[in-house]
Amino acid sequence: MSAMALPLGKDLVGLEHLTSEQILQILDTAEPFKEISERRIKKVPVLRGKTIVNLFFEASTRTRVSFEFAEKRLSADTVNISASGSSVVKGETLVDTARNLEAMRIDMVVMRHGASGAARFLAERIPSHVINAGDGWHEHPTQGLLDLLTIRDHLGRLDGLKVCIVGDILHSRVARSNIYGLRTLGAEVAVCGPRTLLPPMVEELGCHVLPHIEDAIQWADVLNVLRLQLERMESGYVPSLREYNRIWGVTSERMDAAPRDILILHPGPMNRGVEIDSDVADGSHSVILNQVTNGVAVRMAVLYLLAGGQPERAEAAKQGGEA
Amino acid sequence: MSEKICLRGGRVVDPSQSLDEVRDVLLVDGHVVSSGEGGGIPEDARIIDCSGLVVTPGLIDVHVHLREPGEEHKETIATGAASAAAGGFTSICAMPNTDPPIDDPAGVGFVVAQGRKAAKARVYPVGCISVGRSGGRLALVGEMVDAGAVAITDDGSPVMDSGLMRLALEYAQTFGIPVADHPEDITLSAKGHMNEGVMSSRLGLAGKPNASEDIHVARDLMLAELTGGHIHLQHCSTRHGVEMIRQAKARGVRVTAEASPHHLVLTEAAVEGYRTEAKMNPPLRSQEDVEAVRVGLADGTLDTIATDHAPHHYDEKEAAFAEAPNGIVGLETALGIVLTRVVKEGLIDLSTMIERMSCQPARAFNLPGGTLAEGAVADVTVFDPNEVWTVDPAAFVSKSRNTPFGGWELEGRPRLTIVGGRIVWSA
Repeated sequence: MSAMALPLGKDLVGLEHLTSEQILQILDTAEPFKEISERRIKKVPVLRGKTIVNLFFEASTRTRVSFEFAEKRLSADTVNISASGSSVVKGETLVDTARNLEAMRIDMVVMRHGASGAARFLAERIPSHVINAGDGWHEHPTQGLLDLLTIRDHLGRLDGLKVCIVGDILHSRVARSNIYGLRTLGAEVAVCGPRTLLPPMVEELGCHVLPHIEDAIQWADVLNVLRLQLERMESGYVPSLREYNRIWGVTSERMDAAPRDILILHPGPMNRGVEIDSDVADGSHSVILNQVTNGVAVRMAVLYLLAGGQPERAEAAKQGGEA
Repeated sequence: MSEKICLRGGRVVDPSQSLDEVRDVLLVDGHVVSSGEGGGIPEDARIIDCSGLVVTPGLIDVHVHLREPGEEHKETIATGAASAAAGGFTSICAMPNTDPPIDDPAGVGFVVAQGRKAAKARVYPVGCISVGRSGGRLALVGEMVDAGAVAITDDGSPVMDSGLMRLALEYAQTFGIPVADHPEDITLSAKGHMNEGVMSSRLGLAGKPNASEDIHVARDLMLAELTGGHIHLQHCSTRHGVEMIRQAKARGVRVTAEASPHHLVLTEAAVEGYRTEAKMNPPLRSQEDVEAVRVGLADGTLDTIATDHAPHHYDEKEAAFAEAPNGIVGLETALGIVLTRVVKEGLIDLSTMIERMSCQPARAFNLPGGTLAEGAVADVTVFDPNEVWTVDPAAFVSKSRNTPFGGWELEGRPRLTIVGGRIVWSA
């Protein structure tokens, strides 16, 4: 297949450098794929004969499982490699791991890695398609895409919406992918959290900074609430989880003061009672489980497009044609 | 037994004698001999035509990493000294962050011996400030100086303990050597991989803020003032750092300070795409900082150009950005970079360049050379200021290739490097 035929290029390493047309193409392609997961027999032959390696250098359950479902429902052959027990822990370099996989003639690599830039690094060095499943603090593009799809599903648009990302922005690849994708599609983005957990000069990434969660709730159409990892407290970014909840927690009392309905997203896994209270997470405005469902469809769309599928042929491809 | 060499008809630039004129330079028995007005050239002297070329006191780099002992796959003292000669350097000062570190007279003696054996550029050892570079107690400074050390530093790491830095600045005065510091408060920067700013935020990389350098520059200046000791600040990269050094010099504090070629010509933008060949410590900083470093070089606040030559094996840099080591090689590109991007852009003149790359480094570290005055050691660099060439890392004499300057077209290239009256490199 020629590069011309690939609407996304060879790889998906991030949303920062995608155009709004490319992002919308992925979201639109995800629509027909949603239905596959609702069938009794959840399998179509779109990626039959393709070999995909899920290469996870960091622990992941949700993302890895979501990719694996997407791959299997498109009939790809998949292999999972996780850091523990692999040659990685025996000191093999990323380049050597990649070259060895390449030598076994694979088609795609889905990689999660702890270092920012790792996905791009791999993509520049192997001819297979690379999908970034999270690189350090940098990007997690499929999470960003499933967030965009979920917001669009519920509010009908992205352009002109006000989305506030709440919590640990500094260490969050989800936050960066959200910022880039949302801004490209015309949404206004704010971040809210303790200054210790905001990236330096985050304003210059095109975000408003809202120090107080009350202000965020007044301002936003959508809150994307990030997980506060326990280790952030241990390394001193916040004094205690209790204090974090008291000052930045998304609670039903605070939500009651909202001037409009606010959509609640969370990339999971949640710390109930820390960044979000249970009655908000389980409440009527929460679309957290819709995000998970959309994750599979978005990943199917990305796999399909990178494998050379054309967006307008996605519906037909489901019926038995190959990508 | 060195031969007699007459460098004929070159433009001799020697700021130590306020000299910039076309004349001959005669080297006999390893020393510069007055050539007079056309006469006095011995019949058996080898005449080398230098017309169209620039003849200067040999370049001196007071900040290089030669990796031996311990990391000979990156560089050895022999390959580093050869790389220096190929870059027009006649003397280099080897940092002690080897494995084991150079923290005792035996280690210093080893570096001296390997340097003599290499017989390229002169290699001067710099010893550690603290035993094992651990930041604990003072190393055997006096005995290291006896064995040939010309300065002390824990470079690679800063001295975090201000009390230890005070002791070093006091103790070193007996021996007349500078205390060189890599100014960095690592409590602010240890996790960082590049300059802290909007770019690090975008790339999702932890940053090293300017303040991490500024705080230690300020501290070192205060301690030099307190003790009367000579502080040599390495690879200065921040605008506030430059300003503080300027003020301290005006107060009479004994401070000398380096600018590295990469901090004079590159900003953090070179990191785009997670390019590990643009990863070094201190990191490439903002345009505003680069401007300040350039102004500091021009007005003499930063009195020395030093490369911080830091070789790494290619597969060590072939890694995700956060996992790649800091540092770039610099010996074979320094002259071309400074000529092309500093001198020819009008920031400093040729004479000031030689002052910063030869005369002042010799003074700051009390080294022979830095002058072509009668009787001086016959350490001479001859370069063609107009030769246009393209940097090809594969052609480096150094063992390592880690440079951000690959493919750059430069104007000005060394032609002849003479150490002690002996030609150690020619092109």
